[in-house]
Amino acid sequence: MAFSAERLEQIKEIKNRYPAGKHKSALLPVLHLAQADHGWLPIDVMNDVAEVLDIHPIEVYEVATFYTMFHLKPVGKYVLEICRTGPCCLVGAESLIQYLKNKLNVEEGEVTADGLFTIKPVECLASCGTGPVLQIGPDYIYKENLTEEKLDQLIESLRAKG
Amino acid sequence: MGKQILLEHINKPGINTIDGYMKNGGYASVEKALKSMSPDQVVEEVKTSGLRGRGGAGFPTGMKWSFLDKKSNKPKYLVCNADESEPGTFKDRYLMERIPHLLIEGMITSSFALTANTSYIYVRGEMMYVIRILEKAIAEAYAKGFLGKNILGTGYDLDLYVHPGGGAYICGEETALLESLEGKRGNPRNKPPFPAVSGLYDSPTVVNNVETIAAVPWIINNGGASYAAIGIGKSSGTKLISACGNINKPGVYEIELGVPVEEFIYSDQYCGGIPENRELKAVVAGGSSVPILPKELILKTANGEPRLMTYESLSDGGFVSGTMLGSGGFIVFNDQACIVRNLWNFTRFYHHESCGQCSPCREGTGWMEKVLHRIEHGHGKMTDIDLLVDVAKKIEGKTICPLGEAAAWPVASAIRHFRKEFENHILHPESCSAKHLYFGTLAVH
Ligand SMILES: Cc1cc2nc3c(=O)[nH]c(=O)nc-3n(C[C@H](O)[C@H](O)[C@H](O)COP(=O)(O)O)c2cc1C
Repeated sequence: MAFSAERLEQIKEIKNRYPAGKHKSALLPVLHLAQADHGWLPIDVMNDVAEVLDIHPIEVYEVATFYTMFHLKPVGKYVLEICRTGPCCLVGAESLIQYLKNKLNVEEGEVTADGLFTIKPVECLASCGTGPVLQIGPDYIYKENLTEEKLDQLIESLRAKG
Repeated sequence: MGKQILLEHINKPGINTIDGYMKNGGYASVEKALKSMSPDQVVEEVKTSGLRGRGGAGFPTGMKWSFLDKKSNKPKYLVCNADESEPGTFKDRYLMERIPHLLIEGMITSSFALTANTSYIYVRGEMMYVIRILEKAIAEAYAKGFLGKNILGTGYDLDLYVHPGGGAYICGEETALLESLEGKRGNPRNKPPFPAVSGLYDSPTVVNNVETIAAVPWIINNGGASYAAIGIGKSSGTKLISACGNINKPGVYEIELGVPVEEFIYSDQYCGGIPENRELKAVVAGGSSVPILPKELILKTANGEPRLMTYESLSDGGFVSGTMLGSGGFIVFNDQACIVRNLWNFTRFYHHESCGQCSPCREGTGWMEKVLHRIEHGHGKMTDIDLLVDVAKKIEGKTICPLGEAAAWPVASAIRHFRKEFENHILHPESCSAKHLYFGTLAVH
């Protein structure tokens, strides 16, 4: 089972937010919990999600493949989700993404050799006034007004954390 | 700066806590509505205010509320749209992060008006930290008796929950949002039936934007007529504008509807002009989906009138020479910005975000992205320009939801107003200043 006893309690509470018989509504919140615990969503984890929500596995797969936040293959410990949309590009996002790729020596979606990082360009994060911006799951804290120096510092501190 | 309704208290210490919020008059509208008004009186007050939906379409809120099928014996739902994913738009996040109780107060007063006993705030999943802020604020509101059973002893019950999305712009479209809230893929529904009759779990439902809901407390406290007195004509009240791009002071500004666009761009109260005193080239005034306008047409209408920040003035001239207020996502381009490159970027966005349900949108956005990619990267043909116009036309009006239009309008308007720049890219590909920043994976489904 993909979930700890504590998580199962939490899932019970989440199901109660929706009317009787509508517990399928809990699917997105529960997928976020599953990904926070496992880093990504392997098929056996998705099957366990189906089981705890009493729905068919296909109902989980079709949702997990639709929403871009869910990782369907292994990723680095830190997924750098950096905005690539127009307003961020007006203030330098394109060259920062290139800088990040060079610095970590990976292309989009790949995992660095030390297993720590994946670069995942994403669409607009509603941070257009404080771009360029990236965020890192599972807390998805925003790192805003990015520069090359700030990226250097961020990478260094994450490497130190390991 | 004009009247501040939503942001008046935003910088007060502790405003993010319920005590700080109540010290500044918070939750007064809940007391007033639940204790001294009927649900229909609240709806009437909102009608009188002239408040229009702040999510983009500008539909009158009171009228939308009056369409709710209250006679149905099914439960009624109010769902707040906090999916905020339209490029250039970051006002809802600002409100929820800084003054979460304003949204919660608005949700309670509005749910009462709609006779809803369960309501949801659907927040895009990327804003996980905002979700935590809202959940904490909701817990505070329960503890003070503003949520739960028998609120303030009035007999009215309301439960309020936050629901995370999973990363999908389309879930901002209200019927896709409802599908998503039901635990499904975000595929928009055919209308009719409209949500007011059959929405969440087939029950009568109202979906409103964060900023719309946040305006309700002031309207109830001060009366709809006072709200209607602010602004100009059918553009009543205030609007949050999130300004970004090539400006000195990006950020969220609350304007009284009616401020001249020129003042908004150049005044130090707002955007503060363009860095390094560069020239203004173009503006996307209401989020990436609305038509782009060149300097001449954004500052003045085709008739030479000053363009104002109102629904009517911005759309003056229709799609030939006007645009839309939309979500209030105000993106400014200086004379160095490349219109072709930006359009390619936006089109990639729409291709990436198309849910894939309707062929014209699924295929058309992909073709527009491909053709713009080749123009931007030096392989364009002169016939590509009309090809783009043609594809855009074949998407418009032929899809279940307006994402099709949202993808088509930027293309049509950029070519209408900047055709020369497209021709130049095709004839002199080496002259595109941004070329060295090549970063171009095509969106994949
Ligand atoms: C593709 C698409 C994306 C949308 N995104 C949002 C959004 O992020 N937030 C929002 O409030 N409305 C969005 N809308 C508009 C909603 O469908 C709906 O009109 C709105 O939530 C109604 O609330 P309002 O009347 O208070 O504006 C979007 C519409 C479309 C077609």
